Amino acid sequence: MSDMMDDMDGGEGVVKKFMFVNRKAPHGTVYALEGLEVVLISAAFDQDVSMVFTDDGVYELIKGMNTKGIEVKDFSKTYRALEGYDIEKLYVEKESMDARGLTEDDLIVDVTVLDSGEMASLMAEQDVVISF
Amino acid sequence: MLHIVNKSATERNSLESCLRMATKGSAVLLIEDAVYAATQGSAAAAKVQAAMADVQIYALGPDLDARGMAARVLDGVKVVDYGGFVDLVTEHNSCQSWL
Amino acid sequence: MPMVEVAGKSFEVDEEGYLTNLADWTKEIADYLAKEEKVEMSESHWEVVNFLREYYEEYQIAPAVRVLTKAVAKKLGPDKGNNKYLYELFPYGPAKQACKIAGLPKPTGCI
Repeated sequence: MSDMMDDMDGGEGVVKKFMFVNRKAPHGTVYALEGLEVVLISAAFDQDVSMVFTDDGVYELIKGMNTKGIEVKDFSKTYRALEGYDIEKLYVEKESMDARGLTEDDLIVDVTVLDSGEMASLMAEQDVVISF
Repeated sequence: MLHIVNKSATERNSLESCLRMATKGSAVLLIEDAVYAATQGSAAAAKVQAAMADVQIYALGPDLDARGMAARVLDGVKVVDYGGFVDLVTEHNSCQSWL
Repeated sequence: MPMVEVAGKSFEVDEEGYLTNLADWTKEIADYLAKEEKVEMSESHWEVVNFLREYYEEYQIAPAVRVLTKAVAKKLGPDKGNNKYLYELFPYGPAKQACKIAGLPKPTGCI
């Protein structure tokens, strides 16, 4: 009942820092898609949500996917809907991009690039960290 | 022998093991998340390039397309479609899937 | 999976009546699904249904209701992008009912 959840907007609930860590490539396993769905659901609870992409997780954000040939949904487009869900804190680890020959220009959404040290500090600040 | 690898080389060691065991003249087909290893700038690219001296590397086109990686394939890697996948299986006497 | 028959052709729906294959959708199916939901389709209803189909095409998800409301406000103006307007058109929840009529899956975030 998302309709009811959404009517509770503006409640005085406790806001915690949630971080969702994405470390898997898309399509090969279901983790990337499931993680994204959990994040979309979490948006209904008005928490302080960040999404992190490290290791093979950076592959989730590659521009120009065409999934017709493997007959699965191209959910890379859904990352562009996150802004509408007020999820705007997207972080990508620089070392993971470097190891895969990728740059920010290869990604489908605007992200903040952090090095491992910065990422570690951000992770340490969280109340809840959930990994996919 | 046709070797088939479907796991990302930056997450599992199946490609590494496969390349260690693949003998001269055999073929290695990368599918699903393994196709990233055949792309420029990938950490596994150097190993794939070195292996190409002895074995032919193939990558499945629909899996590259789905991952937005088709334009980044390493020189020397042959891209095949599903029909080409079937041909590879029938052309080789045996076939090993590195799960 | 249950099947429904519209204009002599049958289509697969899930247990809750959502169309299984987005590509099956036609205006006739929308009219059928609307009837099932006891919604009489007006031009205003079609505007929201068409908006949802465009949203899905662009983002590959059915939006949660507050995201829908905000997006409608942006595209069609604040007169339409508010709960009152959308609930009047789709009394049992704009996200749920309008998505069903638009042939989309149940909205993500519908708990």
